[in-house]
Amino acid sequence: MVETDINMRTELMESTQVQSVDRSDTKVADMKQQVNATIGEPFAKDPKMQARQVNVYYGNKQAIFNVSLDLGKNEVVALIGPSGCGKSTFLRCMNRMNDTIPICRVEGNITLDSEDIYADAMDPVLLRARVGMVFQKPNPFPKSIYDNVAYGARLHGLAFNKAELDEIVITSLQKAGLFDEVKDRLHEPGTGLSGGQQQRLCIARTIAVSPEVILMDEPASALDPIATAIIEELIDELRQNYTIAIVTHSMQQAARVSQRTAYFHLGKLVEIGETNQIFTNPKHELTENYITGRFG
Amino acid sequence: MDKDLHLAHHISRRFNAELEELRSDVLAMGGLVEKQLADGLVALTTSDTEIAEQVATSDYKVNSMEVAIDEKCNQILARRQPAASDLRLVVTIIKTITDLERIGDEAEKLGQLAVQITDANVSYSQFVEIRHLGDHVKSMLHDCLDAFARMDVADAMRTIEADKKINEEFESIMRQLITRMMEDPREIKNALRVSWCARALERIGDHSSNICEYIVYLVEGKNIRHISDVKLSQEMA
Repeated sequence: MVETDINMRTELMESTQVQSVDRSDTKVADMKQQVNATIGEPFAKDPKMQARQVNVYYGNKQAIFNVSLDLGKNEVVALIGPSGCGKSTFLRCMNRMNDTIPICRVEGNITLDSEDIYADAMDPVLLRARVGMVFQKPNPFPKSIYDNVAYGARLHGLAFNKAELDEIVITSLQKAGLFDEVKDRLHEPGTGLSGGQQQRLCIARTIAVSPEVILMDEPASALDPIATAIIEELIDELRQNYTIAIVTHSMQQAARVSQRTAYFHLGKLVEIGETNQIFTNPKHELTENYITGRFG
Repeated sequence: MDKDLHLAHHISRRFNAELEELRSDVLAMGGLVEKQLADGLVALTTSDTEIAEQVATSDYKVNSMEVAIDEKCNQILARRQPAASDLRLVVTIIKTITDLERIGDEAEKLGQLAVQITDANVSYSQFVEIRHLGDHVKSMLHDCLDAFARMDVADAMRTIEADKKINEEFESIMRQLITRMMEDPREIKNALRVSWCARALERIGDHSSNICEYIVYLVEGKNIRHISDVKLSQEMA
């Protein structure tokens, strides 16, 4: 009797599977139509940057659809989603990096401390000093380690003499957790460092101009696990003083470093929520499919 | 079913297979535990010492299944780092097998007590009640495992509700036994044995109820353990 019970249950299980396959097709179709509304709370209590109804077009092609999202003070927001979902495009809107692309058009409203960053009065160079960016591939200038970090400070006239500049370079390298490793070779080329060190050098260069927000576009995807762990530890420390948005393809990384996670799909912000909730109980089927490695 | 789990929809087919295997392992373990309980009850109510011995010595099978499933769960956690519903499934299974193993222990106890009670030549009218309680517990465990196979929250909730009846029945058996013990102190030893049987059955009800709570967590992502009935109905509304 018990044997048959087990068989029965296995059948039951299989029939459940078949049912769910049928149901999923209709459900996903429904969901795709419903993506217009973001699930979760996109607004932060204490916002540093606010994006409202942002649409981005590359020529005739729309890359971002009506995305509203806050970056709160002292929080790390992770942007996740499949390739081409618009998460990097959205990140680049936050410090007007898309200005450099002639066919790119940004609609909507993005503010930094309630100041419209797309206003005519806003100087993009100054904006990018306040909203710094770290890229996927470490891109140190072909200069010495010292000059790499000093570059932005010189450009923006943040130091009045050599001693002040030294101070900025040293504290930036210290904050980026790189100083001890390079203190004896500050005048050697930055390109001679390892990948992980180069990435931390780029972070030091970003910090050197005292930004308020740091945008990171897959900062650790070219690094080994140890270098990645160091960068992640650094992100957690930087959070005390900065607002951070990070684009990552690593689910575990998003889960480890962020307080809130936003899931993008085909240019839309599908779901945003506390990272704990997103990774244990996402509300949207598309989010669930993505973070668990299912095809939707 | 409120939310489909799509266990077989992963890009990695190997992962699909691993999760399926895990789920059928749990059902196999559930089937074994169910058999142990059924045999324990037969032994108790028919004074069949052979079956009683068999139940008392077969618990190792349940234990070794628990260890094996536990190991598989650990491997999945380490190698796949499951998230969302997959994570909830693995966590649910880790907890479910603990309760199943405890149910196995209680069934083993029934077998041991059946041997003692048969040896002591007790024939009690209480066995009618025990049989009644046993039938209820058996069907509760059955429903609980069905709810697990179907991932059915409504069934799980009904099964949790059924545990209340079992607790009431247990209380009533205890009252009768206490009366009997007061009437005739020479009966205390055997009455205690019968009460332990009732206790074992009542505990099986509790463990089944726990498993149903894990099912709700698995499907809905809601934790309904240790909350009042009022709050429970709000949660599930």
